[in-house]
Amino acid sequence: MRVAAFLVAAFCACIQAGEIPLAERRSGYEFMGRETRAMQDDDTTNPALFALQDGEALWNRRDREQSCASCHGDATASMKGVAARYPAIVGGKPINLEQRINACRLEHQHAPAFAYESKELLALTAYVGRQSRGMPIAIEANDATRPHIEAGRALYERREGQLNLACSQCHDDNWGKLLAGSPIPQGHATGYPIYRLEWQGMGSLERRVRNCMIGVRAEPYAYGSLEYVQLELYLMWRARGMKLETPAVRP
Amino acid sequence: MARVAVTVPASAKRGEIIEIKTLAQHVMETGFRRTQTGELLPRDIITEFVCRYNGVEVFRVELHQAVAANPLIAFTTLATESGTLEFTWSGDNGYLANYKAEIKVV
Repeated sequence: MRVAAFLVAAFCACIQAGEIPLAERRSGYEFMGRETRAMQDDDTTNPALFALQDGEALWNRRDREQSCASCHGDATASMKGVAARYPAIVGGKPINLEQRINACRLEHQHAPAFAYESKELLALTAYVGRQSRGMPIAIEANDATRPHIEAGRALYERREGQLNLACSQCHDDNWGKLLAGSPIPQGHATGYPIYRLEWQGMGSLERRVRNCMIGVRAEPYAYGSLEYVQLELYLMWRARGMKLETPAVRP
Repeated sequence: MARVAVTVPASAKRGEIIEIKTLAQHVMETGFRRTQTGELLPRDIITEFVCRYNGVEVFRVELHQAVAANPLIAFTTLATESGTLEFTWSGDNGYLANYKAEIKVV
C-alpha cells in the first residue's frame, strides 16, 4: 500500500513538478547580483526614488479641486498595507492597484484616468505601494477570490505561443537554472511596479508579463484586461506571506 | 524639474576616505533610436558631472551615450576640512542641476 502510494506520488511528480512549496519560495531579489541588490536596498541609490518623489507630488496635487490627500490624508498612514491586499475584488471582478487609483480619479476626483504605463500612474502606484514595503502579501483564497485565483492559475499553467510554453514550465519547474545566461526566478510579483535596468525605467507587472508573452511568441493581453488581473491575483496569492519590496529593482 | 539625490556623510575624521553617492533623474536618450515612424529621437544626455569641495574640483565625469538613464555615480574623496561639497550636472538642451551638501570634518 505504502509502495503504491509512493509510486503514485512519484508518477505525479514526473508529469508535473507543480507548485513551489511555501517554504521554498524565494523572491527575485535573491537571484540578483550583489550590486543590484545593494542598489535596491539603499533608498538613495534605488533609481525608483524619483518615481516615489513624483508619486508623492501627485498624491498632494489638486486635480479638479481634489487631491488624493484631500480624502486619504497622509499616505504613510492611510495607505499602509493597502498594496499588500491588491488585486482586490470589486463588484465580483478583480481590480489591481492601478485600476483602483484610476477608479478613484474618475469617481471621486472627476479627473481623467491615467493611461496604463504612463509616468503618472506608475509613480502614484509606486508611491502607494511603497507604504506597504516590508509587509507580508495578504491575499486570501475565499469565496470571492477563489474563482479568479483559479482562472489566473489556469492561465499560468496553460501552454501558449509559438514556443508552446506555460509560465509554470519556467517559473515552477525550472527556476534557478539559466535562460540565455540569466537565472530564471520563481516569478513572484513581490516588488511591482519595479525599476527594471533593462527598461531604464519603471514598469508594471503587466508590462513584465507582456515581456514574457512576447518571448514565447504569444499575443499579449490588452493592458487592464481581466486575464492580466486574474493572473496578477494568482501571482500575488502564490506569493502570499512574502514581503512586499515595492519599488524593487530588477536587472 | 531635474531631481537629484546625493548621499554624503554628515561628518568625518580629517584624512578619512568618504564615499559619495549621486543619482540624477535623466532619460539619457542616446540619439541613435528611432520612433515607430522612423524619425530619429534627438540626443538628450547629461554630458558632464563635477564635484567641488570648498570650490576645488575633486571629481569630474564626462558622460556619453552609453550611460544608462538616471546615472548613479559613486566615488570617494579625502575629508580635508569642514565645508561645502557642490555637485553640478550639465547636459544637452540646457540641462543643469545643482546640489550642495555640508560636511563637518573633526
